[in-house]
Amino acid sequence: MAQAAIELIGINKSFGAVRANRDINLEIARGTIHGIVGENGAGKSTLMSILYGFYQADSGEIRVGGKPASIKTPNDAIALGIGMVHQHFMLVDNFSVLENIILGAESDALLKSSIAKARSELDRLEREYGLEVDPDAIIEELPVGLQQRVEILKALYRGAEILILDEPTGVLTPAEADHLFRILKQLKDQGKTVVLITHKLREIMAITDNVSVMRQGTMVATRETNKTTVGELAELMVGRRVLLRVEKGEVEAGAVKLAVKNLTVKDSRGVTMVDDLSFDLRAGEIVGIAGVAGNGQSELLEAISGIRRAVSGSVMLDGKPIDLTGAADPGELRDRGLAHVPEDRHHVGLVLAFEENENSILGYHDDPRYLKGPFLNVDAIVADAKDKIEKYDIRPGNPRLKTANFSGGNQQKIVLAREMEQDPGVLIVGQPTRGVDVGAIEFIHKRLIAMRDQGKAVLVVSVELDEIRSLSDRILVMFAGRIVGERGPEATEGELGLLMAGVERQEAAL
Amino acid sequence: MSTPYAKLPAWADYGLIPVINLAVAFIVAGFVVLLVGENPFRAAVILVEGAFGKGTGIAFTLFYATTFIFTGLSVAVAAHCGLFNIGTEGQAYIAGLGIAIVCLSFDSTLPWWLTFPMAIVASALVGALWALIPAYLQARRGSHIVITTIMFNFIAASSMVYLLVGLLKPAGSQAPQTRNFLAGAELPKLNWVIELFGAKIRSAPLNVTFLLALLMAFLVWLLIWRTKLGYEMRTYGHSPKAARYAGISETRIIITAMMISGALAGMMALNPVMGDQHNVAIDFVSGAGFVGIAVALMGRLHPVGIVLAAVLFGMLYQGGAELAFEMPAISRDMIVIIQGLVILFAGALEHMFRPYIQAMFASFSPRSVGMEVVKGRGA
Repeated sequence: MAQAAIELIGINKSFGAVRANRDINLEIARGTIHGIVGENGAGKSTLMSILYGFYQADSGEIRVGGKPASIKTPNDAIALGIGMVHQHFMLVDNFSVLENIILGAESDALLKSSIAKARSELDRLEREYGLEVDPDAIIEELPVGLQQRVEILKALYRGAEILILDEPTGVLTPAEADHLFRILKQLKDQGKTVVLITHKLREIMAITDNVSVMRQGTMVATRETNKTTVGELAELMVGRRVLLRVEKGEVEAGAVKLAVKNLTVKDSRGVTMVDDLSFDLRAGEIVGIAGVAGNGQSELLEAISGIRRAVSGSVMLDGKPIDLTGAADPGELRDRGLAHVPEDRHHVGLVLAFEENENSILGYHDDPRYLKGPFLNVDAIVADAKDKIEKYDIRPGNPRLKTANFSGGNQQKIVLAREMEQDPGVLIVGQPTRGVDVGAIEFIHKRLIAMRDQGKAVLVVSVELDEIRSLSDRILVMFAGRIVGERGPEATEGELGLLMAGVERQEAAL
Repeated sequence: MSTPYAKLPAWADYGLIPVINLAVAFIVAGFVVLLVGENPFRAAVILVEGAFGKGTGIAFTLFYATTFIFTGLSVAVAAHCGLFNIGTEGQAYIAGLGIAIVCLSFDSTLPWWLTFPMAIVASALVGALWALIPAYLQARRGSHIVITTIMFNFIAASSMVYLLVGLLKPAGSQAPQTRNFLAGAELPKLNWVIELFGAKIRSAPLNVTFLLALLMAFLVWLLIWRTKLGYEMRTYGHSPKAARYAGISETRIIITAMMISGALAGMMALNPVMGDQHNVAIDFVSGAGFVGIAVALMGRLHPVGIVLAAVLFGMLYQGGAELAFEMPAISRDMIVIIQGLVILFAGALEHMFRPYIQAMFASFSPRSVGMEVVKGRGA
């Protein structure tokens, strides 16, 4: 086996009493792609942050290229040839590609010479690794796939030999992800080492040479990728057997609950995000809307739930129109039986600074059950929250705890409990399991299917194709604000992927 | 990348941290005193004795505190709704107009206990209406409330000067103020309460408005944490997007919160106008609106904290005046510097020591910072 690029020996890191990393040993061989998987909160990000100098380990040793290294800041890491591509890009949106690449690595007080130098260097890198980007393009005008490439180029420009990628495919289409993987393979062929942090096991299987699994701050196993299976990895991650695909029976779809017709929605800049879109949602079915993030799904959800006004078109709820012109009141729609689990639970679905019980009435705070005249009936609210905590197994089970102290999965359960327990006729859900760990995903999926089995109409929007395919009775693919195709749940990932990329648009529109 | 979320126990959050901030402010202030060649310990003794040593001092301290409770509550109510009301000063100032109208109309015919409620309503109403315009502009036009409320301070100040040298000034008088109110608009003093405890009071302006301030502090607590309206305000204050999602009207909540804030600011004017000077004079607010910002921040936007912080600032005002009198080297300006330091450490640098204290708590008693809940118990 090749010499180790990085060795982590006995790494410990605690935040107060939380031991985020416990006695971690990890060896990453030079010139390989090494995957690190684990649930949210398993300590992957902490470990990589230690490696990149954001945090200091409490104890333990890092060796880079066989030599003990002291990494106190990201600059130390960069000097040692470690580069990181963050999940959320660290780019200046209104700068050009070139300007972003030299940012912080300017060689001179005057920009001109730095830019000239960078341009030739960039040219070489692009040729060597197949990372074509127009160096003069402005970042905000580039699709996310290319923005990510700029991040990779940034790391390479700084001389990275070891590249860490944190959840790199979350924002990419399947095609863009494939392209990324080709780039990563090319980097590997050139002798670079790649560390890939992800929770998508499929990607691990497709591209990595070795894979390490973390659970609750410890490194539970390292395997050669071709000697393991998705099932084994999932089990290692969660510590028990996991149903990767939820079972569901046949249900006859009933009456149309929600009818969207010729809906057009613009975003705040006036760009048309939903373009003359129509579909029906019936009782007893789950309709999944697949698509790459940013193709109008968010605006569609917001328009239906009354948060954003529509330009034209109509939405009928139980045969009666929703007022779209004056931006319908979301509270009124709730009264009419439309519940909404928003995509962004941190800023929309929850108020993180609130106690759990306060969030369990958000949007339903007009309900007389929770009020005594103009006053909140705190006892009733807390009792009600306790009830939901039990039903949805929300942990920790303390309704007076600040919501920010709950994990992502439990926060999502708080939102789901609130919306589902109102017994709505129509439930629309954006990204039901974004940032949610595997165990909670299974729970949430089961709940959604139970809603459908009770004859509710459920609309799910998700960028996770697996999720869409596992939940939906019908799949609608959204591209550039339109529905470009409808498929059954048996549709293959490749087929949906092509639709999501807009490839079959003309054909599908027929 | 998730940063660990640590929380301090309430007593440390609301007690220990302000005390540490205050201590640091006084230490730095002590160096300033040293710099001008005076003994900081003696200065501290004079300050505290001036504020609490004698009955008169206590009464003055509480009189100032009354003013700051109102302005602090005003700032806090707006802040809970995510609005930075810098206009407390102007709202209080213009509210003097409402009080003047009531008092000048009725002081010769009605007793104080009838004039007072009318003046409360008038001051609150005028303050609320003065806040309504910036609130409307924020809610419907997106004009930033900080900018508009600052401008409205100037407009209020100029308008009051115009009125006080013209319409409201008695003919033949040289002073830019209304005529003095008659007995029907003079509020009873509360000095006898302090005298019950055996202290002697020569003359001090502490009056029944102090009780009104305490009542308002309680009502604000009730509003913010126990009513639907308060819930909606807090929701909007933490996350406008969540408020929109919850069906809370942005326009309504901004306007309501600002009007309540303006009403509280307006009531502040009752204290100096009806309780002390018995007229409306130029610049009677004299910066109390801005002190309210510091009081609200230091009191962590909680009415109990605000009352305590208001008493502290009342102490600085009263003790500071004594200090300037006793130590000639320490001028009025020095007192302002000390007050500024308190504002700096207690308000602006509020979080400076927090990480260290959190780390300390985390290492001594992990459970107290709520750590056990984060650990490995994800669903």
